[in-house]
Amino acid sequence: MLALIGTVPRVDSKIIHGEVLFRNGYVSIGSENLPIHRGFPAMIAAAAMVCMESGFPPPLAFTSGDIGLGDGSRRLYKYLKDRLTDLPAKALTFHYLMPDINWHNQIFWAIEERLEKPILIADAGFMYVAKMSGYAPSYDLFTPDIGELAFLADDMAPHPFYTRGFICHDENNVPSLISRAYQGRNASKVMIVKGEKDYICNEGEIMAIIEEPFIEPLEAIGGTGDTLTGIVSALVHGGYAIEEAAIMAARINRLAGELAKPTPGTQVSEIMRYIPRALSMALEKHILGGNYEKRTFNRR
Amino acid sequence: MNLKGKKKERNSKNDRGFLVFHNTSEVIRAEAILRKKGWNVRVMGPPPELRTGCDLVIEFPLVEQLNIFRILKENRMPPLEMVPVDNPLMKPVDLIRTKDYGDYIMVRAANMKMTVEKNTLKIVNISGGGCPDVPYVAEELIGKTLKDAPSPKEIGHTLCAYALHMAYEEMKKICLL
Repeated sequence: MLALIGTVPRVDSKIIHGEVLFRNGYVSIGSENLPIHRGFPAMIAAAAMVCMESGFPPPLAFTSGDIGLGDGSRRLYKYLKDRLTDLPAKALTFHYLMPDINWHNQIFWAIEERLEKPILIADAGFMYVAKMSGYAPSYDLFTPDIGELAFLADDMAPHPFYTRGFICHDENNVPSLISRAYQGRNASKVMIVKGEKDYICNEGEIMAIIEEPFIEPLEAIGGTGDTLTGIVSALVHGGYAIEEAAIMAARINRLAGELAKPTPGTQVSEIMRYIPRALSMALEKHILGGNYEKRTFNRR
Repeated sequence: MNLKGKKKERNSKNDRGFLVFHNTSEVIRAEAILRKKGWNVRVMGPPPELRTGCDLVIEFPLVEQLNIFRILKENRMPPLEMVPVDNPLMKPVDLIRTKDYGDYIMVRAANMKMTVEKNTLKIVNISGGGCPDVPYVAEELIGKTLKDAPSPKEIGHTLCAYALHMAYEEMKKICLL
């Protein structure tokens, strides 16, 4: 089972959980339909699409409303703390949640109580707090962009807003930022660093650089990082090794972007409709042998 | 490996900040305001870097800085400073990058990006960030012009919204508003 955890932008902080399905441009959790603009709904919709197209069981999602006051996040943390130990999820993806070390640690320790440790994926606010907590190396996958990578590379920064100026956020500085994040033990085992080039790293080593197709407007389009996190989560859930899933997901996300022919004004929902086609294209061997170091992949 | 306890003490303060005030009576009044609003805050002695004459500071959840500042300002109690507990001399990021896409322009501040269509000055995309108000603020801003859109600082609550506000201010400067 894949469990996806995060908040949605609405005032009502009641907990919603259930199977995630994508249909008619909406994503649903149980019987609740959510519009897909960006954020958590975009992430779970992308995961559900990949699961549906690939024949994987649909993911489960746990969410509540939070517009930044932290109430929905805390309610969700509290709800999960008592249930995570017994939740039979093999992979957990944490997303938009208010960064709070106390709650992070309670969630993390509940997971630690489990006999079989799940694959832990973190993006957005939960990735920030995973770094701040000092437990980043216990996570299997983070998906930072360059601004967030600079935050991971700065062992003093409590949030990307406080990343020190001498830690340069430039594209050409990515390898040294990756190295610094791993040296400071502020990185997960595997990372996808999103940008003009997507860097796939494992334990500090850059394993692959995905730079094609290069679709310049994607950086401006809100939610394209969320879809990447959803795609990689679904592939991991489907049995792909994390590094392999990361490479495939970066490729699929770029292909969907290329197929949509976006401008910087395009919305992510317009790109998402191309994920099924991008998935089948990426699964063809000639595409997987594209412009990055060729490797032999093994499914778990 | 069970890491419980090993890092608990070392990292438990990383997400906290200090509110600094002119004097002790302001600290006491600010604490009362925040507690009444349900915030989990704590009054304590300041670190040496923050000795400004006042013997007390208030510890608060740093990420929720924008919301707390707004509440204190509404109550005419704005703090002198809001700084991270672990490194009170640390300042907000001042690196702002601009990318020109021809018909569109994108501004990035820290982890937040705002894109505007040049002809119409309409906000067409907001990208990046991880705090829960980012999708909410994006929904409120996208589709509106820079003149009509609310400021991220007014409707946001967290440091991500603060970073977006910096991008928004820079965008207004570029667009000569």
